[in-house]
Amino acid sequence: MAFEAISREILIVLIGILALLIVSSIIAFLLTKFNREKDFSEVNARIKSWWVMAAVFTMAILINHNVSLIFLAFLCFLAFKEYLSLIPTNRAHRKILFWAYLSIPIQFFWIYIGWYGMFIIFIPVYMFLFLPIQMILIGENKGFLRTMGSVHWGLMIMVFGLSHLAYLLVLPGITGENGATGAGLILYIVILTQCNDVAQFIWGKLLGKHKVIPRVSPNKTWEGLIGGIITTVGLALLLAPLLTPLTLKGTLFTGFLIGLTGFIGDVNISSLKRDLGIKDTGQTIPGHGGILDRVDSLTYTAPLFFHFIRYFYFT
Amino acid sequence: MILRGLFFTFIIRPFILIILGLNVRRLENLPKKGPAIIVANHNSHLDTLVLMTLFRGKLIHQVRPIAAADYFLKNRFIAWFALHMMNIIPLERKPKQKKGIFDGIYHALDNNHIVILFPEGSRGEPEKVARLKSGIYYLLKERPDVPVFPVFMHGLGKSLPKGERTFVPFFCDVFVGEPFLWEDNRKQFMKTVEEKMNKLAAEGSFPQWDSD
Repeated sequence: MAFEAISREILIVLIGILALLIVSSIIAFLLTKFNREKDFSEVNARIKSWWVMAAVFTMAILINHNVSLIFLAFLCFLAFKEYLSLIPTNRAHRKILFWAYLSIPIQFFWIYIGWYGMFIIFIPVYMFLFLPIQMILIGENKGFLRTMGSVHWGLMIMVFGLSHLAYLLVLPGITGENGATGAGLILYIVILTQCNDVAQFIWGKLLGKHKVIPRVSPNKTWEGLIGGIITTVGLALLLAPLLTPLTLKGTLFTGFLIGLTGFIGDVNISSLKRDLGIKDTGQTIPGHGGILDRVDSLTYTAPLFFHFIRYFYFT
Repeated sequence: MILRGLFFTFIIRPFILIILGLNVRRLENLPKKGPAIIVANHNSHLDTLVLMTLFRGKLIHQVRPIAAADYFLKNRFIAWFALHMMNIIPLERKPKQKKGIFDGIYHALDNNHIVILFPEGSRGEPEKVARLKSGIYYLLKERPDVPVFPVFMHGLGKSLPKGERTFVPFFCDVFVGEPFLWEDNRKQFMKTVEEKMNKLAAEGSFPQWDSD
């Protein structure tokens, strides 16, 4: 059945997203019109991309369960591919990358059949032990640690971490009496994480003075971080009754968790980019950069939110 | 014709766009009609496929890669595929006599086709540009009005380098440059081609293979 997950609550949230996009488009339009000295083309490109991302994402999450799984697997694939395209790799170790890619469909298969035990150990244990065996069979020792370290780090962040989003769909008891759906929880965590990014950016632009970590990300300020966390807690409170079974205490904690760890996920990828000497991870999303630039915060917030809500609400 | 259209629409294009992923800069620079020559660096069998997918719709049937006759016509299956699906213009790499070797290419250009040429001559070392061969100078000597469009690709030599069988997806960058014309001085013209390619290559900062 198509769109079976759309309840009245989710519909309200979708209208909210639509309103937010329209308001930001109007603001950007007015800024471009009345402030001709400044160049707003990047802001406009960004907002345009937000429209496309919001449309693609909500469609993918709400059409049905299987479409969502395929979409999220493809998202992991894109992020991981972008990462592998950025890092230096040893030609002798090409086969390792092939095996690493293969872990994506397998990981999503565990999610599809709802095998939590396998989902949670497949990459951290089995892939972790399997990839070195392949390295040994190839027999090229030079760069062993570098290939192993960088490939498995990428798998953990971009496949294992992001795939937690998908497991929200199949949490046991997810359609039970507390009313939350997997699609609702994904919407919740993704909306909060993305809005947190934008809020931190806007608060930083408006009030930002004191830098948090100038050596990693010179644009990140305490004002932006704190303003972002407060905004995210507010939004978490607003959306929680619509999309989640969270209690008041749980919601406050979730808002804070996403605000803070979204920031950490962001600067985590920034560190990687500084190390590689690049500004953006790609050019896939106009105005934003690459896929990885957009899902960086989610690589932290998705697994942390997942384990929080699973432990306290679904066991 | 129909088979080629289906092959590109349902197999090659989805594969290139979904599994591989392209970042194309200045797609609008590419010729909308022939005659034209595309010069590109050559690292992988995927190069030709990627270049061909840059041309949309019916234009795909006008795109003709020049390919080594000794390699692509060596057995019946490959020859059928190369001639009918890829629509190649076979070229003798070591001809017994020089006269008439470009006839197939001239025929294509005179029919307003877009000809793909790899001046490096072969795929060579992955992700390294080999010395350019001057065949293109002699080729264009008799069709000096045909514009040359430089294209630089990166990433395909990592996805499927010469001598490897396992395909590994990497994002592929494609940089299209400004067209230029033939010059009546071999050294000068080859220098122009090389400079155009180097300028495009310098647009990206690419991670090379580690220490091989």
